[in-house]
Amino acid sequence: MAVSAGTTNHETFIRKTTIHKTFKEQEGDSHAMTGALHGYEAIIGLEVHIQVRTSTKLFCGCPNRFGGEPNTRVCPVCMGYPGVLPVLNREAVRKTLGAGLMCDCTINTYSKFDRKNYFYPDMPKNYQISQYDLPFCRGGTMPVSGVGLSGGEMQSKGIGITRIHLEEDVAKSTHFGSYSGIDFNRAGIPLMEIVSEPDMRTPDEAYAYLTGLKQIMQYAEISDCDMEKGQLRCDVNVSVRPVDQTAFGEKIEIKNLNSFRAVHRALEYEIDRQISDLREGASLRQETRRWDDALGMTAVMRVKESAHDYRYFPEPDLMPLEIGTDWRNEIQDSLPERPGVRRDRFVAHYRITPYDADVLTQDKLLADYFERAVAKGATPKTVANWMQTELLRELSDSAQGIAESPVAPEALAELVALIEDKTISGKIAKDVFHIMFATGKAPSVIVEEKGLKQVSDDAEIGVFVDRALAENPAVVEDYRTGNKKSLQFLMGQVMKFSRGKANPQSANRLLKERLEASEG
Amino acid sequence: MGALPLPTLDQAVSALRDGATSSRELCESVLGRIDTVDSRIGAYLYVDREEVLADAAAADRRRADGSQLGPFDGIPIAVKDNMAVRGQPLTCASRILKDFVSPYDATVIERLRSQGFIFLGRTNMDEFAMGSSNENSGLQATSNPHDSSRVPGGSSGGSAAAVAGGEAIVALGSDTGGSIRLPASFCGVVGVKPTYGRVSRYGLVAFASSLDQIGPLTRTVRDSALMLDIISGRDPRDSTSLPEPAGGCASCLSAASVNGMRCGMPREYFEVEGLDPSVRECVENAARQLEAEGAEIVEVSLPMLKYAIAAYYIIATAEASANLARFDGVRYGLRDSEGEAESLLAQYRLSRARGFGDEVKRRIILGTYVLSSGYYDAYYLRAQKVRTLIRKDFEHAFTECDVILSPVSPEPAYKKGELATPLRMYLADIYTISVNLAGICGLSVPCGATESGLPIGLQMLAPALHEKRLLQAAATYEAIRGDL
Repeated sequence: MAVSAGTTNHETFIRKTTIHKTFKEQEGDSHAMTGALHGYEAIIGLEVHIQVRTSTKLFCGCPNRFGGEPNTRVCPVCMGYPGVLPVLNREAVRKTLGAGLMCDCTINTYSKFDRKNYFYPDMPKNYQISQYDLPFCRGGTMPVSGVGLSGGEMQSKGIGITRIHLEEDVAKSTHFGSYSGIDFNRAGIPLMEIVSEPDMRTPDEAYAYLTGLKQIMQYAEISDCDMEKGQLRCDVNVSVRPVDQTAFGEKIEIKNLNSFRAVHRALEYEIDRQISDLREGASLRQETRRWDDALGMTAVMRVKESAHDYRYFPEPDLMPLEIGTDWRNEIQDSLPERPGVRRDRFVAHYRITPYDADVLTQDKLLADYFERAVAKGATPKTVANWMQTELLRELSDSAQGIAESPVAPEALAELVALIEDKTISGKIAKDVFHIMFATGKAPSVIVEEKGLKQVSDDAEIGVFVDRALAENPAVVEDYRTGNKKSLQFLMGQVMKFSRGKANPQSANRLLKERLEASEG
Repeated sequence: MGALPLPTLDQAVSALRDGATSSRELCESVLGRIDTVDSRIGAYLYVDREEVLADAAAADRRRADGSQLGPFDGIPIAVKDNMAVRGQPLTCASRILKDFVSPYDATVIERLRSQGFIFLGRTNMDEFAMGSSNENSGLQATSNPHDSSRVPGGSSGGSAAAVAGGEAIVALGSDTGGSIRLPASFCGVVGVKPTYGRVSRYGLVAFASSLDQIGPLTRTVRDSALMLDIISGRDPRDSTSLPEPAGGCASCLSAASVNGMRCGMPREYFEVEGLDPSVRECVENAARQLEAEGAEIVEVSLPMLKYAIAAYYIIATAEASANLARFDGVRYGLRDSEGEAESLLAQYRLSRARGFGDEVKRRIILGTYVLSSGYYDAYYLRAQKVRTLIRKDFEHAFTECDVILSPVSPEPAYKKGELATPLRMYLADIYTISVNLAGICGLSVPCGATESGLPIGLQMLAPALHEKRLLQAAATYEAIRGDL
């Protein structure tokens, strides 16, 4: 399955979509997702478009931002007015090269832009400035491993990246029944096209590849990859073939995939459908299908016409680019540690579990947070636990990102220190954290203000212990007759009387001592 | 045609400085001349009298209170209708842009505006600069001021005719394959095609991006030098503009001399079939005059000449096929399909079928064909290789000479309708197009006339970035030639 370097979103006008119905569905039996491969394997390749985060568009000075009133962030250049010329945004090139280096790509030392010719209303010049035979990056790898989305362990492997090139985004068409509107705010936003090799065999691998790409883009601050804002768009190519066959089957392209989960579901559906059709003796044809997320199925959009001739030729308005070793090295040095490398380092260096390391390195900011807290001397494992439970829960409850966290990593480290030096108990610490999150106050201040300091003095705790024993003679009796569980109730009483401040270890020891002493 | 009532640019600058004239007076005499002769010549597509006179009054006020923008403040200039002037029509003489008004200024216009130039109006041209006679204008016919039955040359025919007809002091044109030099030659004015990248193309509606270059059309070499000093130089909005410092063209002319200058005469250029004897005689006579002045005449060879036209019409049309794709009636321009088109494709077809003229369509089709899958290597790639060989041809020739002398066109201005087939018209560009392919600089300076009084131009060429040498040679020739 050759993944073409430049298919467009808009080869023909879509008038109608017909829902593919299998023989079984027509009989009323819903298409059962069996997931069984029956001796077939799937071949999956992905073509991902990612908008590069820059302050301005690729070839003009208009702001690169999402949304806003239609056609308010436009100028003669991005509207394709007569006489205008493109001027290349160096930052977009820099970030594209960064993306390539993060994926172990080879950087072409000589690169250029080309014109890709086709007519469509969302294309201001009716040609797109793109890259044809000399993309900025080629030949990279994206590693996938671990537990896949469907719960199974994936075989560790590297998914090949054929190429990464830079091009201008097109305008956004919106169809209003009898007419269409075009918003050129999006036209000219720098867009990377990342083409994979047909190396993926399962929906889990495709999902992991996409997650990995997104993670890298966010790590290196190349793109926010917000699919809802169209910052990451994905087309899938999938075919199936008997495992002992080397020739590829008929390639199906799937469009309208609005989330990684949709990619996974669509692939599950499509692989199943293709295998069923082949097993029923039907032959497949090369076509483009549209994923319907609500129905959970794909439908034919168009059957592949003869290959579109884009008549690429070198863009005469832009000079070719020589990417020198100095610039390449400078970019390389500015890139962050890769997520996979960081995860392995967390396990080796901080002695946290691979699972914890995985969660913490999912997001660069989360991993940075962790390291900042640990740098303050807090025990890594404790920090990891607190982040994954209290911090992430509070953030999710308040719909905030880690960047907006009212609790700074230094404050969390201080809280952990208060627990570890027994100033407060773990239980009290949870309350303190809640207040920290709500008020942004330092934990020591909260402990001071609320008088939450743990009581570790035996004499002081002894008072609460004596009271618990005195007020509960029946429970004491129960304990002495052998029901050791009664100790828990008495502990609860001690904590209640001390308003949670009694050091639990001390309270436990004192309780046992007195119960056993009077027993003896 | 009689003496021209207008001063040259240089004279106008002096007269304004000395208070001998005013911007209002200059503009009124230009407008008066347009009123008198343009119905016969047809150089202008658009003139905004009120705006011009208001600008002139403003310039005169500035001069009165000492806040003038510079020596050129208040001088009117004509602009070919393919360069963007904010608030003025920008039609490229095409029906598809008939009602289009530019929302922005081209870089050259911005530079001229900051010097106080007044934009008189828009001059006629071959549609999208595709043609050598102005007969391909989609809007109007232009006549040669020396003989109304003849063409002014193209594609900057309106600009050349305006200057020759005394309807403009100076004008801007654009040259993709000879479109400044050829009409300059036919109309008997000076026209310069600068080195590719010397003058910003930002705001010039692209025909063939790798060949297009803006340049002046003037009465004298000195006026062209003054214009070049204003419009040349690096522009951050044009990535193909050259970083080398520009300017000093006018000031270098006072020391101009051809003593010891080697003038190359390319053998192949004088073996061209159809070279009119009067053209040959004028050019050879010019060479003799330069020799008498101390220049050395040497024979050089440019053997790739025979492939130039083929290579040019592949590269130029390929680029044009993409450059003109934006004229689709979606965002601006003619959408001549309201209520008729049943589909998007039909809308494109109707708008473009009705908006473009035959020559433009012919070139779009040709360009689309040569870029098509399976033909790209045989045509476009091969043509680019030929282009490299042509550039090397010139590099080699310029090791043997300092400037090259040649005809501009095999024959003087021909009768309207005379070159009826496109191919014959293409062959008329034989002397000019390899200059654009090589990216070097060149000009046309009047060097005589036929018996019936039709002007003949001398083409002078110099290596890339050697505009000063080129202008010095031309100014010297102009001086020894004397008045024609």
